[in-house]
Amino acid sequence: MVSASIITLFALGLVAAVLLAVASRVFHVEEDPRVQAVLEALPGANCGGCGFAGCEGYATAVVNDPGVPANRCCAGGPEVRIAVGELTGKAVAEADPLRSLRRCDKNAGNVALRYQYEGMPSCAAAAMLRGGVDICKYSCLGFGDCVQVCPFGAMRVEEGVVRVNANLCTGCGACVDACPRGVLELVPKRARIAVFCNSRDKLRAVSDVCDVGCISCGKCVRNCPAKALSMKDNRIEVEQRLCLSYGDDCGQACITACARHILRPVNGISAAVRTASAAVSAATPAP
Amino acid sequence: MEIFQLFIAAVFVNNIVLAQYLGNCPYLGCSKERGVALGMGGAVIFVIVVSTFFTWIMQKCVLDPLGLGYLQTIVFIVVIAALVQFVEMFLKKMLPPLYAALGIFLPLITTNCAVMGVAILVQREEYDLLTSVLYGLASSMGFTLALLLMAGIRERLDTCRLPKAMAGTPIALIMAGLMSLAFMGFKGMAN
Repeated sequence: MVSASIITLFALGLVAAVLLAVASRVFHVEEDPRVQAVLEALPGANCGGCGFAGCEGYATAVVNDPGVPANRCCAGGPEVRIAVGELTGKAVAEADPLRSLRRCDKNAGNVALRYQYEGMPSCAAAAMLRGGVDICKYSCLGFGDCVQVCPFGAMRVEEGVVRVNANLCTGCGACVDACPRGVLELVPKRARIAVFCNSRDKLRAVSDVCDVGCISCGKCVRNCPAKALSMKDNRIEVEQRLCLSYGDDCGQACITACARHILRPVNGISAAVRTASAAVSAATPAP
Repeated sequence: MEIFQLFIAAVFVNNIVLAQYLGNCPYLGCSKERGVALGMGGAVIFVIVVSTFFTWIMQKCVLDPLGLGYLQTIVFIVVIAALVQFVEMFLKKMLPPLYAALGIFLPLITTNCAVMGVAILVQREEYDLLTSVLYGLASSMGFTLALLLMAGIRERLDTCRLPKAMAGTPIALIMAGLMSLAFMGFKGMAN
């Protein structure tokens, strides 16, 4: 009985093995060796994250179709993308490296305090108490919740606001999640402009509390030749892809258009801040 | 008439997914788009029909004469797996368009319980060879129907405003339960 079952299974396995071995020879299809090479480089998870039906579908497409980029495999990570790029001779278009940026300049805007806060030194706690310490409900509170979560030590609190060291920042976005006010956002490291106001209010509601707050006049949106700017919830949104692809031809129309210096170049913040605060303090007499 | 009844019974009354709860993995996994659902359904029809044919022969010509009925499960797994591999190679050489259409689904359903379930069910019901193959065809058509219905619903669901906790798999599982309830309405129409 036992021997019968063993022999049956053995025979079955043998028949199947021989059949498949013969079939693989008889039905052998000449394939592009590059497809095979790419297929071996891919993780073989068949997850479909690339938009093709399985790894083989993507391998065939990336080798045969010049329009299919080599960076589609998200399961394999950068190594796989580089390997596929080398095998197919396609340049791997790496995503723009990002950095975190503070959308607030409350020191330049002379934002007053609403009350004296003596609670837990945490932005999350301070934000819950009557809309935060500052009279602006959208400002950087400067208790450094983001500093604590940053795994790269790229952030520090200076003069009551957080500062990001662009060289250390990897664009992981941990700080963006940690900020209770949504002050931080990720922008490409090579971004040409950045928005320095987080306020969702407009007009007097902003200008009453901050000298450099965005009053949502929309001038920048109208002046951008690349149509990269838009107003969303009374905040300026920059479509960085459009802005970067348009290039320097616009002569930084948005920066020129904005009288309140909400839009500034990313690289050269400190210089711009200085001129901005100088311009604002010159324009508005101190109370 | 009997064959018609067999089809009604297998597609609606004893639908392999919604009444017998077999093949739930592809039912939820491949039902996000109708195109994918149709590809999966086609592959399942193909594999179930062919594998039912061969496992029936295996059962009647090898297992029954040798009195090895207890090896049914393992033998069927080997037969189905080898068969699907073979069919895949054959299609790749002889019918490249069909191979491209079925694509990745073919190896994925090698070890699916719907395939295995039909092969074992026809033995339990003691159908003859023709009835077995027809039953396999009908069951897999029922599977395709369930998959297509689910894909249609989920395509609509994508545009709905759902509570965050419900979006994705939770609502899909609820939909699966509701569809199963609906198919319970066919109970007793045919056996």
